[in-house]
Amino acid sequence: MSAPAPATGCRDVPVLAERGQHEVFCGLTGIIWLHRKIQDAFFLVVGSRTCAHLLQSAAGVMIFAEPRFGTAILEETDLAGLADAQEELEREVDRLLSRRPDIRQLFLVGSCPSEVIKLDLSRAAERLSARHAPKVRVLNYSGSGIETTFTEGEDACLAAMAPALPDTDRRQLIMVGALPDVVEDQALDLLSKLGIEDVAVLPARHADSGLAVGPNTVFALTQPFLGGTLAALERRGARHIPAPFPFGEQGTTAWLAAVAREFGVDQAHFDAVTAAPRARATRAVAQAAEGLRDKSVFFFPDSQLEIPLARFLTRECGMRAIEVGAPYIHRGVVGPELDLLAEGPLLAEGQDVERQLDRCRAARPDLTVCGLGLANPLEAEGLATKWAVELVFTPVHFYEQAGDLAGLFSRPLRRRAALRLEAAE
Amino acid sequence: MKLSVWTYEGPPHVGALRVATAMKGLHYVLHAPQGDTYADLLFTMIERRNHRPPVTYTTFQARDLGADTAQLFKTACLAAYERFQPQAMIVGASCTAELIQDDPGGMAETMGLPVPVIPLELPSYQRKENFGADETLFQLVRALSRPIDRSAHVTCNLIGPTALGFRHRDDITELTALLGDMGIGVNVCAPYGATPQDLTRLGAAHFNVLMYPETGEAACRWMERELGQPYTRTVPIGVGATRDFLGEVAALTGRSVALDESRLRLPWYSASVDSTYLTGKRVFIFGDGTHVACAARIARDEMGFEVAGLGCYNREQARMIRGLARDYGVEALITEDYLEVESRIAELAPEMILGTQMERHIGKRLGIPCAVISAPVHVQDFPARYSPQMGIEGANVIFDTWVHPLVMGLEEHLLTMFREDFEFHDDAGASHHGGAATPRAPDPAPAEAPETGAEVIWLDEAERELRKVPFFVRGKARRNTETYASERGLTRIGLDTLYDAKAHYAR
Repeated sequence: MSAPAPATGCRDVPVLAERGQHEVFCGLTGIIWLHRKIQDAFFLVVGSRTCAHLLQSAAGVMIFAEPRFGTAILEETDLAGLADAQEELEREVDRLLSRRPDIRQLFLVGSCPSEVIKLDLSRAAERLSARHAPKVRVLNYSGSGIETTFTEGEDACLAAMAPALPDTDRRQLIMVGALPDVVEDQALDLLSKLGIEDVAVLPARHADSGLAVGPNTVFALTQPFLGGTLAALERRGARHIPAPFPFGEQGTTAWLAAVAREFGVDQAHFDAVTAAPRARATRAVAQAAEGLRDKSVFFFPDSQLEIPLARFLTRECGMRAIEVGAPYIHRGVVGPELDLLAEGPLLAEGQDVERQLDRCRAARPDLTVCGLGLANPLEAEGLATKWAVELVFTPVHFYEQAGDLAGLFSRPLRRRAALRLEAAE
Repeated sequence: MKLSVWTYEGPPHVGALRVATAMKGLHYVLHAPQGDTYADLLFTMIERRNHRPPVTYTTFQARDLGADTAQLFKTACLAAYERFQPQAMIVGASCTAELIQDDPGGMAETMGLPVPVIPLELPSYQRKENFGADETLFQLVRALSRPIDRSAHVTCNLIGPTALGFRHRDDITELTALLGDMGIGVNVCAPYGATPQDLTRLGAAHFNVLMYPETGEAACRWMERELGQPYTRTVPIGVGATRDFLGEVAALTGRSVALDESRLRLPWYSASVDSTYLTGKRVFIFGDGTHVACAARIARDEMGFEVAGLGCYNREQARMIRGLARDYGVEALITEDYLEVESRIAELAPEMILGTQMERHIGKRLGIPCAVISAPVHVQDFPARYSPQMGIEGANVIFDTWVHPLVMGLEEHLLTMFREDFEFHDDAGASHHGGAATPRAPDPAPAEAPETGAEVIWLDEAERELRKVPFFVRGKARRNTETYASERGLTRIGLDTLYDAKAHYAR
């Protein structure tokens, strides 16, 4: 059905585990895309001025939109115990909800300071839920930097939604992961053409979507960072369909095939449905990947997308991976990806940024995938970089975006080739 | 607890980062959880710096909290010293580390590092970014500088410019040249570009130029007291302020004022007839106290605008700004809540906003042109070209920057003349801004319920006539007419009321 797996994959390769300075975002950052995705939700961070500043800086650099997020900034009186934090929070939430009657779901998001002072947000969420039911549902999760790295914030958010979903005995598929609407629609269309009609999405765009879960539910992850959500859905009796992730032609085909097998779609029908988009994706990738062939790539840890993307770049774009760093490697989730990634690159988990920079400088990769804090300094040292965060914000999943995904990696190299800033000889 | 949507200032450790990043040979060890490293991108992305900020974050995680975060700090501190070999180090805690009370300063002291290690106490739950920068520079100056002989030639120190400052890079160049014309050299510029060793030479200067009170005042005060160096009070932004500043420098040094005005264009540009249309434009000014005060003077005295309202977000400058507002006959708005700023702007309906990036978004939403005069900054506040705010070139830059968002002079006259023209109508917007011209919509049917002002009702015919007023003065016309009506106890505005008001306010 898809290209054969390498003789030796990376599933059993030893991993370099590092513990030093982590140059990564915390889980609060996920709010930037989650609040656009869940259109009737408000994300209220209970934290410090730093949290507010992070969200604003992340949003300011990345997007600007009417915010449906804010920070309840803890003050000296909250910390000294002079003010009852629960009452303070209730007051702020009352004010917020009266000003924003369009809000149907409220997420109380824990932060480093709220975790350290052990503010009980689950109790607050229960009390507030009782107070504002049935119009507004209040949930809580932690996006703190001491517990979550970047995309793990989305995982924590979706995992918090799972226990609150209504029960169902329906035989259905849930597609799990926040994708841009256009990509989500493409995926649903493909599934429907395969004959899989009862498909829901977590997170749903609205609170009243009717999303439910139960023992006859199966689910497939579209993002590799959703290990906590996987466990939470399993606790509700749903069953996970392990698969590679839908990046590139091969990843998308493998993902769809895993779902199709589960629903007993016959091979001929599968081929008929996927043939045209597969061919389009292959052509688009080949075009965009011109210039990537035989080039080397080095991944700094960022979003947990690193392993699937390394698989895509090495198998479909002809690149050679030197190091694949991930903030966290969840083998239950990325196992099928590791099987497909040929042995060779160093796999690193966690980070000691200074040492990793030393390795990167020594290896002089043709392309370095890293966070925003490192990109310009590395460019200034003569290394071509790709900001990792763009991979999370750009539609890159499934067939029709496969060419765009390859393009994200080839553009920095094309740009370097296009610029002529030296004097003519 | 206080709900905040957007903030004007970051936490105080970001202020310390701005000082550390501006300097060379200094390293900052910040006890902080992972995630706080986001601050690096402020410098590498917004300011396009080509080096990582000189900061080591301990990036502790939940599992470290039960174990030994103090040891983690020590290890990070030692590793940072060995790798970067700085001339001096500053150590401190971010908001979360403040709660776990590891005392980075005390720990660093016991480590016996062979360079000065300066502890920072920055209360994250009380103070903000500007305080953090001001306090950090003060602590560095206090720890490193000492009385030394004055330089043979007259020199000064430039105090206050930091990384991520609004046009600090170019203000330094402009001021250095301005002082050079008077035969005054720059001894040390700090923190921007200074090393810890440079700070030991601060005492050689004859006086200090306090460029930005927000980030340099505590250091200047201390040097005045301990090193006997007077400092300048005037911030030289605008033509008048630049002249006053040089007068102040002359008084401090006994030299005569020398100002090369051959490149100064603001006064003539402002006097030329094309600028007539700027007369009495109502502007609302908001930002940090220093830039707001300078902008208010330029707006009124050098551009001929009317200051409709002003305010600042940093409470440290609240007194000064309140005093200033009294002089201008307006009410000061001191707040860090951008929703309050938005509602004040909506209420005042100015024709232009001079503000921060935050007000630029407010302006976009309300359809009011905006020019940026103050931090907080965005990537576009670091232009490739030379564009200071201070001195002669600063005044030229400000004239261009403030006029650009408006419709051009002659164009405004034509729009007024052809206000009903099918192509050259005001929905088309200013010709030098992007965006496709929108064809004029057919005159909409009058709304069922006429729009209501505070207490007055607009009648159909008046409402229609008001729509014929060009967009850039429509807000003013509406407001003036409503004020006129309510002052006379009228509850309905007709065509006559509209034109009576127009005659009343004619200038």
